Amino acid sequence: MSPESSCTPLKEPVLVIEPGRTEQNYWADLWRYRELFLILAWRDISVRYKQTIIGVLWAIIRPFLTMVVFTVIFGRLAGLPSDGNSPYALMVFAAMLPWSLFSTALGEASNSLIGNAHLISKVYFPRLIVPTATVVTAFVDFLISFVILLGLMAYYRFAPGWNILLLPVFIFLALLASLGPGLWITALNVKYRDFRYVIPFVVQFGLYVSPVGFSSNVIPEKWRMLYSLNPMVGVIDGFRWCILGGDIPIYRPGFAFSLVIVLFFLWLGISRFRRMEKSFADLI
Amino acid sequence: MADIVIQAESLGKKYTIGHQAGNGSYVALRDVMMQNARCLWRKTRDLLRGKPIVQGDTTEEVWALKDLSFEIRRGEAVGIIGRNGAGKSTLLKVLSRITEPSAGRVTIKGRVASLLEVGTGFHPELTGRENIYLNGAILGMTRREIKSKFDEIVAFAEVERFLDTPVKRYSSGMYVRLAFAVAAHLEPEIMVVDEVLAVGDAAFQKKCLGKMGQVAQKGRTVLFVSHNLVAVRNLCSRVILLQGGELAEDGLTTHVIDKYLDLGREDKFESVWDDPAHAPGNHVCRLHSVCVRDESGMKANVIGSDQDFDIEIEYWNLRPNAKLGSTVVIFNQEGTCIFSSISNHDAHWHSKPRPAGLFRGACHVPRRLLNEGRYNITVILFSDNYSGVCRVDECVELEISDTGGVRGDFLGEVLGVVRPMLEWTVQYLTSETDSSRGLPHEH
Repeated sequence: MSPESSCTPLKEPVLVIEPGRTEQNYWADLWRYRELFLILAWRDISVRYKQTIIGVLWAIIRPFLTMVVFTVIFGRLAGLPSDGNSPYALMVFAAMLPWSLFSTALGEASNSLIGNAHLISKVYFPRLIVPTATVVTAFVDFLISFVILLGLMAYYRFAPGWNILLLPVFIFLALLASLGPGLWITALNVKYRDFRYVIPFVVQFGLYVSPVGFSSNVIPEKWRMLYSLNPMVGVIDGFRWCILGGDIPIYRPGFAFSLVIVLFFLWLGISRFRRMEKSFADLI
Repeated sequence: MADIVIQAESLGKKYTIGHQAGNGSYVALRDVMMQNARCLWRKTRDLLRGKPIVQGDTTEEVWALKDLSFEIRRGEAVGIIGRNGAGKSTLLKVLSRITEPSAGRVTIKGRVASLLEVGTGFHPELTGRENIYLNGAILGMTRREIKSKFDEIVAFAEVERFLDTPVKRYSSGMYVRLAFAVAAHLEPEIMVVDEVLAVGDAAFQKKCLGKMGQVAQKGRTVLFVSHNLVAVRNLCSRVILLQGGELAEDGLTTHVIDKYLDLGREDKFESVWDDPAHAPGNHVCRLHSVCVRDESGMKANVIGSDQDFDIEIEYWNLRPNAKLGSTVVIFNQEGTCIFSSISNHDAHWHSKPRPAGLFRGACHVPRRLLNEGRYNITVILFSDNYSGVCRVDECVELEISDTGGVRGDFLGEVLGVVRPMLEWTVQYLTSETDSSRGLPHEH
């Protein structure tokens, strides 16, 4: 026989589980599980370099070598023109940063649910945490590459203007841009595994279509609005503007359009994810 | 009366499964192509409707849970038992919000922590220490909670030396000990446990059961799914039996467990072997029959708890001048041995050479010894110097039904494997109620 508690318990959450019922306190739940979010990201990062000799140094070597290759090939050998009077290598690297953030975040988010299938089928937590935690992992990689970028700027003796203070805005925008489609694709991937093959293709295709290797100013005026349908156009332009200074102006209407696209995909991603969330454990 | 913390109303869960058409039916290429086309059409149609893709040629709907309704009050420890495939794990998944029900609803008051698997989220590359934090966070503990309980967890798991080794190097025993240690230190209002105690060695299982018992006694509500009926009996005051996804029984532990063990069991009223050539035994003696007789001498299988009964064994002695004897062993439904009795107090024939022929031995069991419930009887025959001749398990089934003598006016469940009627004496000592003044001396 259990003893009756003499004091009334704190107001307890009352939960009703019914088919088709959306969770009222989902967002409160997300806040309660906020630590899990960081712990999953920490898990993914710390697992990468276990049982390696040089460990974390790999995180620096890879972007460093990429940067060297860029500088040599695009800067010296290819002789491609750059915008304004900033060196070409810097222009490309400044665009590679957000692009690799986007592509890593999108790629990892798309596979995150399937990769954590053992968790999804055995424990309850708001499933939104899983793809969002992978975006955090991509962000950490970004930070390391950003340090390399600063090193590159020092090498070219290129001092950034005040614009660089606005960089966090564009970083956040890049994260949102990857989160939106990432959520949608990962939810779809659970049901129809075809999407696993779609993402690598889209990312590769996107690398050539987005203004990474070239400046978006080369696009003729009449096509610019259409070109801004690619959400990363606005983000990359913004990054370039922040890092390389006001030499490279932002095409404002295009940027606004990209912003709208990012927010639209974010809304779409979250709503589709929430709707399919209940059936994940059955399908995964 | 404690309030209701879990209320399920007509809960149902449906799954769609696929079937492959038999290979033999589609031999011609035309048939194979038709079948594939039909399959593709069905999958496209499902895709457009937003339904999941089911592999196979035909589909079928299976209800894993059907019209399940029950109430659980605060502080109850409820066991959920049933055959494999009865829907126990599905029920737990619905209660843990891992999967959504297809029909009905559940209202839950309070936080639920569910333990459906040990080591959920354990990553083999991370060390024991890191995995404690990871697993704890996944199960819903905050970092601060884990830190404050860290030493207790490590002590419970007994893995201090190996805390900084990657978990992939642990033995399976260490792995489950660590996993269970983290889960055992959760402190939710409602705890849902699915067969996770079936891991580890005997000492560890005892530790786990002890911990679960503590959790239940602290006033937390526990839902416990297990095949280990002894654990269920010890932990739970109430048991729910699921059969084919439906609620078959819901009530006191002993009653429901007995009902469960009844399923699929054939009753054995007596065992008779008419042909000596095929009866159990050897060239010395062979068993003829085993049965139970009540006080009036009739063969019976249900004996009242206030009645004596006899276990009657008939056997042939095939070798003149053999010295024979028999033993009866009584087991309860879970296989626990209640007692055994050897026939060496029989005045007539014990240690005396017997002529060839048929003998009957009767073991007289007094009333008010066995607790109510079902038992089965094992018979052993032995010859000179207790050398075994044969042993037959579960010859006869016996049910002791409560006729009220020992329980008196108590209406609840009387615990124990035996139910003796013992004498109690109560004396009035003094009118003082303060023990510090001391009691008056006994004269």
